[in-house]
Amino acid sequence: MNGAHDMGGVHGFGPVEPEPNEPVFHAEWERRAFAITVAMGATGEWNIDMSRFARENRAPADYLAKSYYELWLAGLEALLAECRLVSAEELAAGRAGGSPRPVKRVLAADDVDQVLSRGTVAAREPTTPARFKPGDRVRARNMHPSGHTRLPRYVRGHVGAIERVHGCHVFPDSNAARAGENPQWLYAVRFEGRELWGAESDPKLKVSVDAWEPYLEPA
Amino acid sequence: MSVQPLHPQHHEHGSELSETELRVRALETILTEKGYVDPAALDRLIETYETKVGPRNGARVVARAWSNPEYRDWLRQDPTAAIAAIGFAGRQSEHMLAVENTPKIHNMVVCTLCSCYPWAVLGLPPVWYKSAPYRSRAVVDPRGVLREFGLKLPEETEIRVWDSTAEVRYLVVPMRPAGTEGWSEERLAALVTRDSMIGTGLPKSPAEAA
Repeated sequence: MNGAHDMGGVHGFGPVEPEPNEPVFHAEWERRAFAITVAMGATGEWNIDMSRFARENRAPADYLAKSYYELWLAGLEALLAECRLVSAEELAAGRAGGSPRPVKRVLAADDVDQVLSRGTVAAREPTTPARFKPGDRVRARNMHPSGHTRLPRYVRGHVGAIERVHGCHVFPDSNAARAGENPQWLYAVRFEGRELWGAESDPKLKVSVDAWEPYLEPA
Repeated sequence: MSVQPLHPQHHEHGSELSETELRVRALETILTEKGYVDPAALDRLIETYETKVGPRNGARVVARAWSNPEYRDWLRQDPTAAIAAIGFAGRQSEHMLAVENTPKIHNMVVCTLCSCYPWAVLGLPPVWYKSAPYRSRAVVDPRGVLREFGLKLPEETEIRVWDSTAEVRYLVVPMRPAGTEGWSEERLAALVTRDSMIGTGLPKSPAEAA
């Protein structure tokens, strides 16, 4: 979706403000919001692409007004409602009502280390040869899906070169829509700064994005 | 007052924050009552990212690459395996790529769409990395961003920005500081800062580390 999350090249946000000796979390509720989100992710009720879409899928003003972990919380609440695991009534009451639908898996404390160190691998065995090879010139498609996509707006319509073939990976656009993993070849595509930003761009700038094959066409 | 987009609320004041706090508390209660989350697992997750996983991990990878040419080759060939061999693998680092700075090329990592970051080697991302100012400007004005970090690169240095739009996670391998010949891996690791592995900083010099 063309949402406020797609920030590359947007003006007006002001300077970057690094915080010296920054703590990992800035409040107790951030710790808990982080942990319940990760733990619920481990239930297998949804996938990472659905999680990302649940955070970004909101009005721009809402997205921009929320702090980072507020977005995580809003995304989690949306997924819990969508999966019928927690109702709006329960949220309002602050306690569980009725008998819960069982989830596939509950993350136990003793399994945390193993689950984290295993991660969730996105690579899949390819079933077709890659269409592009390093050095090929490609154009990022001019596409504007209303659902989840990982092709940032600032590269759409622009020509770059395949820099690296990463392998075949789960395709977020379909995975986020519960339409299957639909694995696709994934490439690092390098764009010249001037191609993206015009003649005024830093002549020594190159920007790479990771782009799945359906995002690309030969140029 | 202007809106501070995607900034943390550092101070616990105002009704909005307490509302958020209450919501999180209510949600945790509901999820626990339903048996969907185990509170002990939540504590373990928090403890892991507050005390165990952080940029010291990545610093060990970089220090080994600096001091061991065979390891550096392995890190180029099969970065996920080479990093896992030191003990760092898994969540948000399943597919790693190490990008090396050279006298001519400076690498810098961003996630313009959300906050993708190599957790296993750097821990959870700092607020500025997830913030709108960094995400919006890193791809169009990286030199300006670097200046805000106090880093002024020569104009002829090429800047390579990596926008982490997929599940590939990028670790910048900065250049080894001069005057560190013969240093042990452990000593070298102490020079490697978090920001130098994101590309918004340089490693410490021996003088700075002294």
